[in-house]
Amino acid sequence: MKSKLNLDPAKVDHARESAHKIAQSMQEFIDRHTTVSTERTVLRLLGVDGVDEFDEPLPNVVVDQLLKAGGLPRGIAYWMGNAMIQTGKSPQEIAEAIGRGEMNITELEQAPVKEAEEKIMPIVHDALAKIRQQTAKRNEYLATIGEGKRPYLYVIVATGNIYEDVVQAQAAARQGADIIAVIRTTAQSLLDYVPYGPTTEGFGGTYATQENFRIMRKALDEVGEEVGRYIRLCNYSSGMCMPEIAAMGAIERLDVMLNDAIYGILFRDINMQRTLVDQYFSRVIIGYSDIIFNSGEDNYLTTDDAYENAHTVLASQFINEQFAVLANVKEEQMGLGHAFEMDPDIENGFLYELSQAIMAREIFPNAPLKYMPPTKYMTGNIFKGNVQDALFNIIAIWSGQSLQLLGMLTEAIHTPHMHDRYLSIENASYIFNNMRDLGSEVYYKEGGIIQTRAQGVLDKADKMLSEIVEEGLFSTIEQGKFGGVKRPRDGGKGLEGVCVKDDAYFNPFIPLMLGGAE
Amino acid sequence: MADCATGTAIAQVDLTKIKPYGDTLNDGMTELAFTLPVPYGDEADEAARQLVRKMGLDEPNVVYSKSMTEGYTFFVVYGKCQHTVDFTTIKVAKVEVDVMDRLECAEYIKENIRRPVVMVGASTGTDAHTVGIDAIMNMKGFHGHFGLERFEGVEAYNMGSQVPNEVLIAKAKEVHADAILVSQTVTQKDIHIQNLTNMVELLEAEGMRDKVILVCGGPRISHELAQELGYDAGFGPHKYAEDVASFVLTEIVNRGMV
Repeated sequence: MKSKLNLDPAKVDHARESAHKIAQSMQEFIDRHTTVSTERTVLRLLGVDGVDEFDEPLPNVVVDQLLKAGGLPRGIAYWMGNAMIQTGKSPQEIAEAIGRGEMNITELEQAPVKEAEEKIMPIVHDALAKIRQQTAKRNEYLATIGEGKRPYLYVIVATGNIYEDVVQAQAAARQGADIIAVIRTTAQSLLDYVPYGPTTEGFGGTYATQENFRIMRKALDEVGEEVGRYIRLCNYSSGMCMPEIAAMGAIERLDVMLNDAIYGILFRDINMQRTLVDQYFSRVIIGYSDIIFNSGEDNYLTTDDAYENAHTVLASQFINEQFAVLANVKEEQMGLGHAFEMDPDIENGFLYELSQAIMAREIFPNAPLKYMPPTKYMTGNIFKGNVQDALFNIIAIWSGQSLQLLGMLTEAIHTPHMHDRYLSIENASYIFNNMRDLGSEVYYKEGGIIQTRAQGVLDKADKMLSEIVEEGLFSTIEQGKFGGVKRPRDGGKGLEGVCVKDDAYFNPFIPLMLGGAE
Repeated sequence: MADCATGTAIAQVDLTKIKPYGDTLNDGMTELAFTLPVPYGDEADEAARQLVRKMGLDEPNVVYSKSMTEGYTFFVVYGKCQHTVDFTTIKVAKVEVDVMDRLECAEYIKENIRRPVVMVGASTGTDAHTVGIDAIMNMKGFHGHFGLERFEGVEAYNMGSQVPNEVLIAKAKEVHADAILVSQTVTQKDIHIQNLTNMVELLEAEGMRDKVILVCGGPRISHELAQELGYDAGFGPHKYAEDVASFVLTEIVNRGMV
C-alpha cells in the first residue's frame, strides 16, 4: 500500500535493519548472562509459590540461597532437577524445605546435568500445557462472546485494594471498557520480589501478586460474559521482577503486559545489564502466551519535549520491535507505545500529532499500537482536559490506533473516580463511532505540514539508529539520548543479581517456548 | 420597559459577602458532579437533591443523572449557594518574594552572593513522578520557563524519582547544597505528608535543618502546608524555576548564607 505520508520505504527498511543490528548485538550479551529474577521465574513456572515464615516469597528464598552458595551461574533448573533426583520431592516441596532451613540445594549430591534436565522436563511440559490451556480459554472466549472494536478502550483502576479494584473494573467494563489495567502500587517496580497473596493496601495502585491477578481475571471473565465482550486484563511486566510477572501473567491469563526493553533503565534506574537480560525471558514468555506487550515510549515524551524528540519514540519502537522479534513475539502482539503529549499551545500541534500517529501505523502496520493520552499538559482544568482528550481520541480513530489508553479529565488531580472513567469512555465512544471511517476518506497534501512532519521524524529516527549501531545501545543510554535520561552501565539497581552463565547452564523454558511447544 | 431603557445600575459587589456568580450578581450558581452509591432512578435524583440542599445550595436542580454500574449513579447538579464569605478579611500564606526572571537571578547571584548556588532536588520516597522536579530543574523546564539547570550561577542536581530522603540528604551534604528541593506528586492517603515530615525529621537529626533552605513542591502543595510541615516554602501549580530560584536566592542573602 502506498504511504499516504509519502514515507520512503527504503528509509523505513534501513531504520529497521539498524534496529535489528542493535538488538542482535545485545542478544549476544543477553545469551551469556542470567539474573536472579530470571531464575526465580523458572521456579515460578515449575510451580514454586508461597512464602516462608518471614513472608519472603519462596522463589526468592531458593534463589538467594543459590546466589550465596555461588550456584547461580549453573541456573536453578539444574539444581532443582538435581534436588528432585536426590530427594524424590517436588519443586514446591523442595522450596518449602529450603524455606524451613532444612535443605541446602547446592550441598546435595550432584547428578550429571543431563539427568537433572531429564528429571525436570515433565514438569516443564506440564507448565507449558497449563499456559496453552489459558491461551485456548482466551481464544474460546474470543470465538464465543467476542470482543470490542478497535481501538480497544483501555482504562486503569488504581484503588490500592484489589476488591475495590474489582468493583471499579466491572463498572468500567459495563460502561464500555475493553481493557482493564490494574496500576501497580507506587515503587513496586523496585522491589526485588513479587509480594504474595491478595492485597488491600497500596499507594496509587495495587500490588501485582498472583492472587490479585487471579481475583481480577475471574471478575473480568464474569463481567465479560455478562456484557458479551471479552475483557482484557493488563498489568506490568517491568521493573526488577520483569520475567516473574510475565510468568504469573501467562499462568493467570493476562492479555496485555507493559514490557519495555529500556524503560526500567531510564525511568526506574534499574541497571541496564539486568534489564536487558530480564526483558528477554519476559518477552519469550509473553510471545509464547499470546500476550500483547506494551512498550513504554510514551514516557520519553513526559520527560523530554514531545515535538523536538518525537524521533526518539520511533527509534525506540524499532528497537523494541526487533528485541521482540528475537524473542519470537508475533507482530500482532507488539503493542508499541506512543503518545499525544505536545504542548497544547503549539500552533498546528494537532497536525503534528496526527502525522506521527499515522506514521506509526504505516511503519508498524500489524502491530496493536498503544496510544497514550495527554498527561504532561493536563492542568486541573477538567473542562479543557476533556477537550484535550477529545483531540487525542480523534487522532486515534483517524489514524487507526489499536489500544487506546483513555485520557482522564481529572489527570494530574487524582486516580480516576468512577464517573471520571465513565466520562472518558463516553468521550471516546462518541468520537470513535461518529468518526469511524474518517481515516480511509482522507489523503494528505503532497509536501504539506502532515507529510513533511512524518518524513522529518523518520529521517531523524533513522539517523539516531545508525548512530546507535556505531556506538552500541549501552553507550547511547549512557549519553542520555532516550528521554533525556543518562544511566551508567554499571549503575542503577539490581546489578548484583546478574551473572555469567557457566557451560552447563540451561533454562528449559526458553528453547521450548521459542519453538512453540505443546 | 423603563428599567431597560434607563439601564438599571448593575448591583455593586459587597466584598464582605461574596458568593458564586453565574450570570447575575449573588445568584450563587454552583455546579457539582458526583456519584452516589445508589441505584439509578427517581429516588436517586431525590437523594442527590436533598444532599445538595444540605451542602448549602438552594433550589438544587439535577440536570443529568446516569447509572454508572449497578448500584451507582452519577449526577450533575446545579444549585444556588446560600453561604457567603468575607473577602476583606482573607489572609493567605504566600511566598513573599519579588520574583526575578532567569537573567535577573543570574545578576542577583553575581552582585549579592558571588559564588555558585547549589540546589539538589528529587521526587522522594516512593513517588515515581518526575514531571514536577523536571519542570523546575531540567534545562528545558516547562511551558517556556527554563529550568534551574539553565540558570547562570546555579548548580542544579536533579536526582530523579523514588529517591529515599536519606539519599537526597547525603547528596546535599556531598555537594554542599544551599537548598534542597523536594517534589511530591502522589498524595493518595496523604503519603506525601508522611514523606515530607520524615524529611524534616531526618534533617533535624543530622543537624542540617537550619543550614539549608528546604522547599517542597507539587500539584497539591501549598505554601501554608509546607510551612506547617517545617519547610521554608511550598510551591504549588503554576510555579516555575524562577519562582523557586527567587525565593532561594533571596533567602540566602536574608539569612547571611553568602
